[in-house]
Amino acid sequence: MPQVSLTVNGKQHSVEVEGRTLLVELLREKLALTGTHVGCDTSQCGACVVHVNGMAVKSCTMLAMQAEGAKVTTIEGLAAADGTLHPMQEMFREHHALQCGFCTPGMVMTAIDLIQSHPQGITEEQIRDGLEGNLCRCTGYHNIVKAIAAAWPLMHGKTAQAAE
Amino acid sequence: MGFEGIGASVRRKEDRRFLRGQGNYTDDINRPGQTYAYIRRADRPHARILRIDTAAAAASAGVLAVFTGADIAADQLGGIPCGWQIHNKDGSPMAEPMHPVIATGKVRHVGDPVAVVVAESRQHAKDAAEKLVIDYEDLPAVATMRDAIAPGAPLVHDDAPGNQCYDWHIGDREATEAAFARAAHVVKLDLLNNRLIPNAMEPRAAIGEFDSNSGDYTLYTTSQNPHVIRLLMGAFVLHIPENKLRVVAPDVGGGFGSKIYHYAEEAIVTWAAGKLMRPVKWTAERSESFMSDAHGRDHDSTAEMALDADGKFLALRVRTLCNMGAYLSTFAPCVPTYLYATLLAGVYATPAIYAEVRAVFTNTVPVDAYRGAGRPEASYLLERLVDVIAADTGIDRIKLRRMNFIPADAFPYQTPVALQYDSGDYVATLEAALKQADFAGFPARRAAAKAAGKLRGIGISTYLEACGIAPSAVVGSLGARAGLYEVANIRVHPTGSVTVFTGTHSHGQGHETTLAQLVCSQLGVPMEQIEVVHGDTAKIPFGMGTYGSRSLAVGGSAMVKAMDKIIAKGRKIAAHLMEASVEDVTFEDGAFKVAGTDKSKTLTDVSLAAYVPHNYPIEELEPGLEETAFYDPKNFTYPGGCHICEVEIDPDTGVTRVVNFTAVDDVGRVINPMIVEGQVQGGVAQGIGQALLENAVYDASGQLLSGSMMDYTMPRADNLPNITVGTESTLCTHNPLGVKGCGEVGAIGSPPAVINAVVDALSEFGVRHLDMPASPQKIWSIIEAARGRMAAE
Repeated sequence: MPQVSLTVNGKQHSVEVEGRTLLVELLREKLALTGTHVGCDTSQCGACVVHVNGMAVKSCTMLAMQAEGAKVTTIEGLAAADGTLHPMQEMFREHHALQCGFCTPGMVMTAIDLIQSHPQGITEEQIRDGLEGNLCRCTGYHNIVKAIAAAWPLMHGKTAQAAE
Repeated sequence: MGFEGIGASVRRKEDRRFLRGQGNYTDDINRPGQTYAYIRRADRPHARILRIDTAAAAASAGVLAVFTGADIAADQLGGIPCGWQIHNKDGSPMAEPMHPVIATGKVRHVGDPVAVVVAESRQHAKDAAEKLVIDYEDLPAVATMRDAIAPGAPLVHDDAPGNQCYDWHIGDREATEAAFARAAHVVKLDLLNNRLIPNAMEPRAAIGEFDSNSGDYTLYTTSQNPHVIRLLMGAFVLHIPENKLRVVAPDVGGGFGSKIYHYAEEAIVTWAAGKLMRPVKWTAERSESFMSDAHGRDHDSTAEMALDADGKFLALRVRTLCNMGAYLSTFAPCVPTYLYATLLAGVYATPAIYAEVRAVFTNTVPVDAYRGAGRPEASYLLERLVDVIAADTGIDRIKLRRMNFIPADAFPYQTPVALQYDSGDYVATLEAALKQADFAGFPARRAAAKAAGKLRGIGISTYLEACGIAPSAVVGSLGARAGLYEVANIRVHPTGSVTVFTGTHSHGQGHETTLAQLVCSQLGVPMEQIEVVHGDTAKIPFGMGTYGSRSLAVGGSAMVKAMDKIIAKGRKIAAHLMEASVEDVTFEDGAFKVAGTDKSKTLTDVSLAAYVPHNYPIEELEPGLEETAFYDPKNFTYPGGCHICEVEIDPDTGVTRVVNFTAVDDVGRVINPMIVEGQVQGGVAQGIGQALLENAVYDASGQLLSGSMMDYTMPRADNLPNITVGTESTLCTHNPLGVKGCGEVGAIGSPPAVINAVVDALSEFGVRHLDMPASPQKIWSIIEAARGRMAAE
């Protein structure tokens, strides 16, 4: 079986995979990183979003072998070593942006990319558009949108007013 | 640390693990030596199975076993049981055909399990399943309810003539007919309640395990009620005694009703684990979820209201045809009867009601309770009918509602359809919502929209639900084959921390937080010293799980009772420690005090004494501080409220945008406002989804067309508005917390508010009603047709 080498959450791995193995299967089944979820089979739900070389990617749409040499970050890699949550995780908690928690890892990973790619500020409409690839069945998105807006100043080191 | 008890928006305890990817969902669990099951499902709606050739699949790499219906029959497994029996008008029981674990003889819906491959890996199992050769003889299918009741229709089950499950009724037929005979107006409306697919984000999964040393079975499953699964599967399907069967429902990624039921896959993996002596895991792919999770709604109704000359409701007559699908799912028969027709009074003092409900089998996925279950169908029917009455009679829709409301001083109020409401104030929620939504300012907003070429409409629904399910004796007399009490065990540990073992189950509702707040308030224990345990039959007492907004009203009440017992025992221990009489010992703010003195013992002093009983009234009192209480509710609870939806329609595309949504609900006492708001918002999102986007579609042959997330329109962030939530509470009078429930109100109140808004926006085109979902295509066609008519005139 072919071998794929990649860095996941700062750790180097070299894993045997089938040619057809998906990145999400590698993460969940070979590396036991079960925080990344599978919610559909048509790349619609976004529960499996991780960062590949800093960009949000649905890990069910990518073969494990395509991640050769890549730096992958999953939900497990976000909090600091001392347990301090990433500002996006903290805002999701503060604003009750999760209920069952199943879509949450993908939602948080998408949200971080969204905020990083909007350094000049972000509107509610842009946030809602940016979440187009992530489904949540519990929250109605209301609090997710609020949490992401609240994370913008924290991630860009600005005062709260800057986001408004 | 600020105030964390009842009424505080405490941030959730469970979030820390979910936010770090440390949740423990069923598919995250892997057992040593685990194998994988893949289920080959029927690709056609109705066919005789002529032959299944398993040879190639069995010889495929990594395959351990291939099972078919013949193997299930050989082991004499029972069918999947139904938990509710309805009786026909003539008193005879409903038709209750066999539901085999794996199809035998015939397949009855697309998705019916036909064969199971168990292999060393998921890929091996799936590859092998492709090699199964199945010969079918296709049979004509009934795809819709109308097809099913047509004379000479093909039969889904030979033992259900006319494809009828039951023909049931409720209410006073004579009184209703008499009222219609003397009515000044009669307003009639035909309406459909569209079929929905629940789509919790976590697909169902199950792992069966067998310990050959002890003979113990364990099932890990995505369930809202592990004890119910243990009872149904153990007693009726696999014949495993309860002491040998453990069911674990770990973190569950949403349910909305769809994970209440006992599903075939749970029995398959448990049974296969025993045969193979290895754990067997199955995880649904989403396309399997679409064709195997119970669907929701699917009613076809006619409603008629008799009115006097002033617009007072005299009588309501309803005829509903409802879809059971191909087999009876666990709660299916009760949904269109006791969860639907009993709610047809709604918030109105209609003196006479008569409803007839006919349930039919079709070659479609079984239909069962989905968020709200029967009550959204009732509220949609009523609140659409009331708006149509207003339009037909010219009476203002708000005035019409007000004049027919059950007045706030009329409680307890006995409806003509069995229920007795305990409390409510429908004017209060209506007025709060009108204010919150700036109803008075709507004409200006409509004019502005018109100037911009848009059609703006506003819709109101004043709805009611019955939840907090349910008084056991009452539901027993109505056909339930289970009691619906709840149970809690409260364990105060020696050093004063507390573990709650609850029979309810959290799959997004935040019980680990809300239930802990009850303990924080009643026993004065800090939140971080309280643990809530749920979802494992080896740990928790026999409880009925979570659905029907019952966890607080029923489960929370059991906790209050158990804590009352803790306090009662604690007072005796404290009296001994402080050499006082028990009558003089009070408990407040986490301490036992002797009235009129400064003597005081903390809960920790008492718990330590209880577990280290050196100085202890050991002759009169057992050591330890742990109590269990069962609570059987005296009545249902009756949340209600007013939802107001404002939409803007682009007449050139037919696209409807919800621009404002306001919900003011009476959910009784609020324990955690943040969580209540989140529950309502989520429910409203599903209601807007039903009204505008979602629809389970079968073609005429019985193929499921909306069988993936590419075909079934799930609401996305850019489809939904911000949802303003308020509460305007009256207290439930018959449970100790005064709580009513908030899990379903959003999905019950919102669909009619949305459609009333859409119809209002389209009023200039003469639209009286349109069925859900109000898709752009449907609206565009209506506008185009009306424009054509107008041009011709």
